[in-house]
Amino acid sequence: MSEKKYAIYLGCTVPVRAFNYELSMRKVSAKLGIELVDIPEFGCCGYPIEGVHYDSSMSIAAMNLALAEKQGLDIIALCSACTGHLTKVQKLFENPDKVKDQERINSILKDSGLQYTGKSKVRHFARVLIEDIGLDRLKEAVIQPLEGVRIAPHYGCHYVKPSSIFDGFDDPIHPETLDLLIEATGATYLDYQNRMQCCGGGILAINEETPIKMVKAKLDNVQKVEADAMTLICPFCNIMYDEMQKAIKEKYEIDYNIPVFFYPQLLGLAMGLEPKKDLGIRKKQLAVLLKTE
Amino acid sequence: MIKDTELDKNFKNEFAEEHGGENIKRCFTCGTCSVVCPVFDQEESFDPRKIIRMIVLGMREEVLKSEMIWLCSGCYSCYELCPRDVKITNVFSAARNLAVKEGHTPPAMRTSVDFLNKQGRLLEVSDFENTVREKNEIPTLDLTVPRVKEILKKAGIQEAMDGGGSE
Repeated sequence: MSEKKYAIYLGCTVPVRAFNYELSMRKVSAKLGIELVDIPEFGCCGYPIEGVHYDSSMSIAAMNLALAEKQGLDIIALCSACTGHLTKVQKLFENPDKVKDQERINSILKDSGLQYTGKSKVRHFARVLIEDIGLDRLKEAVIQPLEGVRIAPHYGCHYVKPSSIFDGFDDPIHPETLDLLIEATGATYLDYQNRMQCCGGGILAINEETPIKMVKAKLDNVQKVEADAMTLICPFCNIMYDEMQKAIKEKYEIDYNIPVFFYPQLLGLAMGLEPKKDLGIRKKQLAVLLKTE
Repeated sequence: MIKDTELDKNFKNEFAEEHGGENIKRCFTCGTCSVVCPVFDQEESFDPRKIIRMIVLGMREEVLKSEMIWLCSGCYSCYELCPRDVKITNVFSAARNLAVKEGHTPPAMRTSVDFLNKQGRLLEVSDFENTVREKNEIPTLDLTVPRVKEILKKAGIQEAMDGGGSE
């Protein structure tokens, strides 16, 4: 499919809870020559109801994929869970052993005027940066390196797992792409204990107690290595690590005060974009990245 | 104590027919899943190995009625490392789909389905979001995506939740 032109897939969480992620991603994309096409008919990816009804969950994903395919576009997704779920369904449509599933899903889509063949593919924005832009070009685009800023990366789960659907893109247990992306901005990435730990967002609606404990365990480890900030690439992980700090403050009386950035905010700042207008970075957060605190 | 006579010996076969349950009988209870599970790490009552064993033994009601099957966070850590390729994350999806068919849908899941039917997204996009988008010169969003409801209806999600039986 055509080069560097993609359908942008927002999913449910990004436009409502992570607008800064979307904004900074769009601005960075424009500067790097990535053309984004908005498809207003996109809906939920289907992941949240995978546990309720398999066919519904797969069909909603296929709906989105079919909409992109109709326009001859591959998809860039911002949410890791959306990326994973849409990719899983794309792979199902590539699998010759799954023709029965493909036919059943397409028969569900038929009355809505859609059919999916498996042609339109899906990748996470961070993966597109690595694969289509490349670290060398990113480093060239950096004019204001974030020198001396210590960043703890949070990869999130669905960015690399299950690895069987990601074409060997990164290692599922010891990934490095987000480290390299942080390094490209001039900042320093940090290793920390249990860095691949899940944010727990997937069970927040069922049980609040356990995910808060999971978040606390990660923030403890991030604090131990004296990180200036965390960086992540999924809006739900952000809800857990950024917004949950408040809940932890109330419950455990611990104030971590760890700023959390979406990766395109870091990259955009290093590329000389306007912190507030282009990237949605608040003044206090900016001081952390510019080391003026 | 569970008596042998109370076990549903066919449950593992029924389970293996469900999407995601195909490899359930391969488990040799090594415990890798529990060791790498980030939920078990914080909450000892959620033990993936134990739940898999309960399925294979045939503790049908105990499994399908349990809140435990809804506590997998879906991180795929066990899925990656399972030496028997049981595809444990999918096992939990299968267990949940079966539980729903038996009428055990958690309220939070019903709410999610309601939202998807109503607006096509899990979270509500309001005029507020669109005002912010306009100000930033970003395309506005349709407040609802009605096609989602159409597809859910055709796929039969309501029948499944109303206890569509085991087909």
